[in-house]
Amino acid sequence: MANSMPATEAGHHGGDVTKRDFLKLVAGAGAAVGVGAIAWPLIDSMNPSADVLALSSTTVDLAPIQAGQAITVVWRGKPVFVRRRTPDEIKTAQSVAQNTLADPALDSARVKPGKEEWLVVVGICTHLGCVPIGNKPTEARGDFGGWFCPCHGSQYDVSGRVRHGPAPGNLAVPPYAFDGDTKIKIG
Amino acid sequence: MAGLHKSEFANPVVNWIDTRLPIFTMMQKEYGVFPTPKNFNYFWNFGALAMINLVIMIATGIFLAMNYTPHVSMAFDSVERIMRDVNYGWLLRYVHANGASMFFIVTYIHIFRGLYYGSYKAPRELLWMIGVVILLVMMATAFMGYVLPWGQMSYWGATVITNLFSAIPVVGESVVTWLWGGFSVDNPTLNRFFSLHFLLPFVLVGVVFLHVAALHITGSNNPLGIDVKSPQDTLPFHPYYTMKDSVGICVYLLVFAALVFFAPNLFMAAENYIPANPLVTPSEIVPEWYFLPFYAILRSVPSKLGGVLLMFGAIAVLFVLPWLDTSPVRSSKFRPIYRNFFWVLLVAVVVLGLVGAHRPEGVWVVLGRLATFYYFFHFLILLPVLGKLERPLPLPESISRPVMAGGGGPLPGGAAAKPMEKI
Ligand code: HEM
Ligand code: FES
Repeated sequence: MANSMPATEAGHHGGDVTKRDFLKLVAGAGAAVGVGAIAWPLIDSMNPSADVLALSSTTVDLAPIQAGQAITVVWRGKPVFVRRRTPDEIKTAQSVAQNTLADPALDSARVKPGKEEWLVVVGICTHLGCVPIGNKPTEARGDFGGWFCPCHGSQYDVSGRVRHGPAPGNLAVPPYAFDGDTKIKIG
Repeated sequence: MAGLHKSEFANPVVNWIDTRLPIFTMMQKEYGVFPTPKNFNYFWNFGALAMINLVIMIATGIFLAMNYTPHVSMAFDSVERIMRDVNYGWLLRYVHANGASMFFIVTYIHIFRGLYYGSYKAPRELLWMIGVVILLVMMATAFMGYVLPWGQMSYWGATVITNLFSAIPVVGESVVTWLWGGFSVDNPTLNRFFSLHFLLPFVLVGVVFLHVAALHITGSNNPLGIDVKSPQDTLPFHPYYTMKDSVGICVYLLVFAALVFFAPNLFMAAENYIPANPLVTPSEIVPEWYFLPFYAILRSVPSKLGGVLLMFGAIAVLFVLPWLDTSPVRSSKFRPIYRNFFWVLLVAVVVLGLVGAHRPEGVWVVLGRLATFYYFFHFLILLPVLGKLERPLPLPESISRPVMAGGGGPLPGGAAAKPMEKI
């Protein structure tokens, strides 16, 4: 503020420039908001539509599944594995030391309390999305008795936890609830 | 000042148009009398071949689109109908599908030509970078086109490649859902891929135009890598290079026709003749051959995010290549050490291609890691260091010199060649 005199001198002229700068900024910001407002509907139109979202629950009848068997059902266009585990498998799944896991998770956190027999996981490898094999008795289940991903060799255990290979995480547990003892609703 | 163009064309109709819109003058200037170095070898054909290939893709693609149905329950059958029932449908599809392979063969040769003769160096940096953009758009186009027939490879290739984006921290999952328009690759995905597969080739036409515009500002590089010094070093593009290009085009069409008529499924996976099944992954997923080196880099890294970053990094290094190579000498002819490493790079890329085609087991894992290491070592370490250490051979005084003297001995540092020389 020491040379306020020259500043006010130039102020008249300089003031105009400042005002113009301000107007340019406001106009620019307005244009940016406008472009954004037009772009958003375009971008969001590519997100899942209402009819796709509406298809997002599936009911599964558990009665026909025998112990040791697994089936594949479709939920939101993705495969979901429903596996009825044998008492041995449950014991193995529960007794794994957490520090040996790449993505530590207790077996009890991956099943519903009192329903340890049933494991429900999204059948999509957390690496790059292939469907692991192991549901059919004729298929390889890997070294950990769960599933084996043919794409890049990831292996999962009987709790769907990743035990080997490039996959970074466990098979996801979808939201589901028991509807009586022999039915579940996924989604 | 606006004003009419003074046209020199004798034909009155041409003259009338040219006076108002000088496109004839422009064509004459850029493709007729355009001064072009007179020492091109056949590697300078490949840019023109790529342009022709793009035209072929667009022409066949438009007619395929007239018979193709982008819906999950009809796409596969509509392609089979094109093959069996549509008149010449088999020809359209085989030309289009093999055209994609030809396009990448031609483009990869074009790129390695640039690497050998230093065409990415000043003043052609921007020209080179636009070329890398073209490569990226081509890859996106080919990837989305491969999804359209909706076979098993189409579906699982789409799944694996779109899932690459799930490696992005925090927003990865939302990005993938957005790309899919659902919770897996499905009908919305197929629809948008068709839309974009139709659009991107035309974007490509625009980018290719910029590529050629930039080329016509800097002028072409040449096998000696030295600047044009006088009109004596050049020839008019027409008829000299229109003729030379025509020879190349004939050979290219011969190879193309051999593929289409005698081995149309050579590059196609048998698995892709099985309709897509979202519940069963084929036991082996292999991308199209032109993506194999990048796929191998992806799989060589035992971490998901790391693999994805390195794969995209393999193209990103090409963007900054003009600043990584510190040698002022363009052509490998005069770079005795770089010349050898160029071949090592080529071998490394071919090895990566082989690795990408095999299950990641045993020796393939080791080879994949070695070749990946070399690829990045070459660009990030070797090129910056080599430019400082290597002693280039003396450059010829001008393009005419060795041409006139029958490829004869280079003169020791003529005045004009000085700036390019390293002591
Ligand atoms: C840069 C240029 C292009 C490339 C690299 C390209 C690549 C591909 C590839 C690899 C396929 C799969 C072929 C197969 O396995 O059957 C394909 C299919 C297809 N493309 Fe293109 N394409 C290009 C331009 C176009 C254009 C401009 C259109 C339309 C205007 C188009 C329309 C189609 C259609 C309808 C299909 C599905 C039929 C089929 O699978 O043969 N393409 N494209
Ligand atoms: S997708 Fe399963 S290991 Fe890569």
